[in-house]
Amino acid sequence: MKYVIIGNSAAGIGCVEGIRQIDREGGIAVITAEAHHTYSRPLISYLLKGKTDREKILYRRENFYSDNNCRLLKSTLVSAIEPEEKQVVLSNEEKIPYDKLLVSTGSRAFIPAFEGLSSVKDKFTFMSLDDAIGLEKSLDKYKRVLIVGGGLIGLKCAEGIRDKVAHVTVLDLAERIMSSILDDGGAEIMQRHIECNDISFRLGASIKRFESNSAFLENGDVIEFDILVLAVGVSPNDELLNGIADTDRGIAVNEKSQTTAPGIYAAGDCTKSFDISSGHNKNMALLPNAYMQGECAGINMAGGEKTFDKAIPMNAIGFFGKHIITAGNYSGDVYSEEHPGGYKRIFYGNNRLNGYILIGNIEKAGIYTSLIREQTPLDTIDFELICKQPRLMAFAKDERMSKIGGV
Amino acid sequence: MKKVYVNEKWCLGCRLCEYYCAFAAAGGNDMAKALKGVKPNSRIKIEKHGDISFAVSCRHCKEALCLRGCITGALGVTDGVVAIDHERCVSCYTCVLLCPYGAVSPSPEGPAQKCELCVKTTDGSPACVKGCPNRAIVFEDRGE
Repeated sequence: MKYVIIGNSAAGIGCVEGIRQIDREGGIAVITAEAHHTYSRPLISYLLKGKTDREKILYRRENFYSDNNCRLLKSTLVSAIEPEEKQVVLSNEEKIPYDKLLVSTGSRAFIPAFEGLSSVKDKFTFMSLDDAIGLEKSLDKYKRVLIVGGGLIGLKCAEGIRDKVAHVTVLDLAERIMSSILDDGGAEIMQRHIECNDISFRLGASIKRFESNSAFLENGDVIEFDILVLAVGVSPNDELLNGIADTDRGIAVNEKSQTTAPGIYAAGDCTKSFDISSGHNKNMALLPNAYMQGECAGINMAGGEKTFDKAIPMNAIGFFGKHIITAGNYSGDVYSEEHPGGYKRIFYGNNRLNGYILIGNIEKAGIYTSLIREQTPLDTIDFELICKQPRLMAFAKDERMSKIGGV
Repeated sequence: MKKVYVNEKWCLGCRLCEYYCAFAAAGGNDMAKALKGVKPNSRIKIEKHGDISFAVSCRHCKEALCLRGCITGALGVTDGVVAIDHERCVSCYTCVLLCPYGAVSPSPEGPAQKCELCVKTTDGSPACVKGCPNRAIVFEDRGE
């Protein structure tokens, strides 16, 4: 059996580890456009902050590829997939045959067509190790940085570079930060906390045009900056499968990580998968989902049986020592708790937990996550008890015994 | 493999397991001295409500979600024991988000911590089991 994996991040690595659970022999070629050993993308902000380094940022150890009998093709671009011939064509015309193929090409920064953007000299996106290395070279303590995008990527970038520059301003079209994972109250708490760490916000603001080191806003204000970071959003890299399998702003996959094209699987940020917490197909560009979807693909590619049908949006993230854990969707009735430094919202309805937001105290959050993932009927647990604190005590005795007593 | 199992029927809620756990992780040989005036920072944790109490620690799941979700690769498995490399952990707590038992928690120093069956401690066998006065916690191979 010959396996080809396009992409060398969480989904691709998950696929290698999935294949090797079933098939120790078949050759695996991992193709990456980047020049690096597999590394953790979310760690690039930690790298700039000095909380990790070029060795520890590696997602798997140095000997990962040799241990797993893989061939890594670095700095290699795939120009086409030829499903009839069962081969991928590289940009140097070389052809690599496969029996099973995984497309785990990830996502890329979405760059809006701002007027005058080309006149900005020092501009960066913040998705890859090369982005981080490039940005780091430009930083110095006299420079002012404007980050466009107050989502997870933009804010982690802000935290990572804060101590290395004169000033950081984060601008977003939305009225609140992290609008994809926080509600109004949670966003306000986090905004205040991040502001206390000397980062400024311009929210509900939209950029009309750039002119070298100036951003002209719709309301007439002008922001001067030395470095621009664009973190507005991401787009799935699904183009290789256009015309070969179903794609619609993301590659369609089933619960076995199969695309609609025979022998071709897909996983990670380039896909669209079923969110059981909302009942919709969506891009869930999250590392844990990418790994598990990739591992599922690998097991199935190697002839095993595996389904990945418990995908939900979920995030664990922290800023300047304050932690956030969120999961699911925020519809239905709400249980609320607020105290100094802490914030909790639990969303439920139709006898199910839909989602939750925890800020500050995040202990045992996984018990809430599992209620969403497992679609646990809330009338089978002590819901009042579990709202106050996530705990196994809220489950019926038999259930507790099977969880911790192995019976 | 051998794992830690808990029978809530025998748990007295005395929290000795928490103390033995914290002591094993801290090292040293005088428990009273090591833990005096300190809130025990244990990886096994007692849940208590009314008359019921039981200890919860890592289940060393065959298909461990913490390990699959770890963004750094700090979580690994050796001979069935799921363990965290504190040097690589960046304290994002994705493992806390994922553990369905609530058995992974932030440590006071930052990195996530969990029961590693005492494989890294001097004794090499689970201290909570030895410390339980009522055999509510056992270390057995039940074919998992």
